[in-house]
Amino acid sequence: MPYAVETRNLTRIFAGKKKLLRRKASPEGGEESTGPVTALDEASLQIREGELFGLLGPNGAGKTTLIKILATLLLPTSGQALVAGHDVAKDPFPIRQRINMVSGGETSGYGLLTVRENIWMFSQFYGVPSKTSKARIDELMHVFGLWDKRDAKVRMISSGQRQKMNMIRGFVTDPDILFLDEPTLGLDVNAARTIRDYVMNWVRKRGGKTVLLTTHYMMEADEMCDRIAIIDHGRILACDTPSNLKRMIRHDTTFRLEVDTLREATSFGSILGVKNFSSKDDLAKGRTNLTFILEGEAPVADILSKIIGQGSKVHSLQKSEPTLEDVFISMVGRGLE
Amino acid sequence: MSTATARRTDLGYRIRLNLRAVLGRAYPRVIGANREPSWIFFEAFLPLLGIAAYVFIYQSFAERALDAILTTTASAPYGFCGERACIDAVEQALYEANALANANALIASVVLGGTMVAFWLNVLWSMASQLYWEKEIGNLQLYMMAPMNRMALLGGMAVGGMFMTSVRAVATLVAGIIVFGVVFQVANPLLLLAVFFVTLVALYGLGMMFASLYLLWGREAWNLSALMEEPIFFSSGFYFPVAGLFKVPGWGPIVAIAGAFIPATFGLDALRQLTLSETAFGGRFWIFDATTELGILLVMAVVFLILARYALAYLEMLAKREGKLTSRHQ
Repeated sequence: MPYAVETRNLTRIFAGKKKLLRRKASPEGGEESTGPVTALDEASLQIREGELFGLLGPNGAGKTTLIKILATLLLPTSGQALVAGHDVAKDPFPIRQRINMVSGGETSGYGLLTVRENIWMFSQFYGVPSKTSKARIDELMHVFGLWDKRDAKVRMISSGQRQKMNMIRGFVTDPDILFLDEPTLGLDVNAARTIRDYVMNWVRKRGGKTVLLTTHYMMEADEMCDRIAIIDHGRILACDTPSNLKRMIRHDTTFRLEVDTLREATSFGSILGVKNFSSKDDLAKGRTNLTFILEGEAPVADILSKIIGQGSKVHSLQKSEPTLEDVFISMVGRGLE
Repeated sequence: MSTATARRTDLGYRIRLNLRAVLGRAYPRVIGANREPSWIFFEAFLPLLGIAAYVFIYQSFAERALDAILTTTASAPYGFCGERACIDAVEQALYEANALANANALIASVVLGGTMVAFWLNVLWSMASQLYWEKEIGNLQLYMMAPMNRMALLGGMAVGGMFMTSVRAVATLVAGIIVFGVVFQVANPLLLLAVFFVTLVALYGLGMMFASLYLLWGREAWNLSALMEEPIFFSSGFYFPVAGLFKVPGWGPIVAIAGAFIPATFGLDALRQLTLSETAFGGRFWIFDATTELGILLVMAVVFLILARYALAYLEMLAKREGKLTSRHQ
């Protein structure tokens, strides 16, 4: 079975940037170097043709760097990346014919052109005949609920409408492989739902179409993706179907607690039986939300005594089925946000 | 890919792909930029003010010269023909006609130069700086990810820019002719058209080359564009016949030679010869004849286009290696 995307020990290191020091900070002036950053570290994965593949990871995990390499916009420092069987570094033309990319919060296009004209313009860079392009644009505009805005200038539309326009730009060239980098970022529920449904239908109903999706939303990844890779600090930590990933922690127990804001939440890791945990402060409510991945239920008592020992009050305690987020916390040691 | 769409790679496909890409990238400039009527005020009317300043100076020179020719005294009953008194009324009339013709030639030179300013500004701010802009708004990565040839992208920008600026330049030219009453004499329209188009190709070829370099220099590029504005107006002779610089002792020829690397210098010189006749200014203020200048412009056009092609390929590779195709926040 051919792979739509394959990476072998892919590494990307960004050279450090030299920053001029301000006189205040350093009376003698001079330059400060931020040092090299390893964005991808020996990342290897295979995405099958016709697969909707998710990439989950926190900010700075290397998701966008990976997509940029696969989209032929960035060269790897070492290792190899193949898209549709072609090496991104040596043979980009046949890759570019087959791919497209849409990123969340994209501001591409020209404000003076209408929505329709903008999409048409981008389709011309892929050599799509004008008639075909216009027919596809009209069809996709109906699907994405953008028909009413077809002749509106791009600078006059909302960010949600703009993102729908970007999605149409991605599909209008009929790519074989589509890279979606946080495509529903900041969208309202309905707009996000429209995009999710279309992407899933596109992959399921059109044979041979592949999507690589990065997202912050665990539910989105769980609902949409055939397989998911968890990435952190440039390393692929796990790669499997959502159900298999959840099965990996089936012997563990997940507890969620809502407590008064904690002064110090790092010491939970030292409790015997705590595999991993995450804490997130809700400043508006003055609470801390804690998620624990535990080996059995025994450590709960120690956890509660630590919380109470800090003078904090427990508002809720809930045992739950493992979710993708729990898998993520179990592997990475923190939540996505 | 087994079941995915088969993709063509033959020559015919590539030609069509790149022609479509040129058309696509030219579209925002051909259609979009002319959609806002405010351009008529800002880009056709306002440049007239810059032209007017020079026109008034040249008109005052002409009036002083005519005053001298037409003022009669007891020792010069037919006025003055230069430093001496005119011999008779015929010589006085000849001098008067000459003064009027030179005044027209100077003013026409300014109107023509002021019209070509639009192209130079477009090359600097909408060609050279464009890739940097595209990167900032997020278009560049989408362009670089597309299968089109990179020269098709620059070509589309150039074709669109030429069209857009030509509309503005013609509007300024027509307004200049009407407001300042300039008379042009075109003896060889075909050569004139050839010089005009080759000048544009050479100018935009230079802009394409700068576009790649600006991508590498990032924000510093703005300073370079600003630096190249006024000095080039001067060294390329946008508001006076540039060969006049050769008559300035010392620095004059050096500035003129430096300016000759900008295609607008030879382009303007040839355009003036072809619209004012080669005998304007007594034929003393031209660098070379128009045909020679057309040859030089052709060489410049080819060299700049080739350099642009290689500069872009090199810088794309460098930008991919250093991660400079996308802006910092993306």
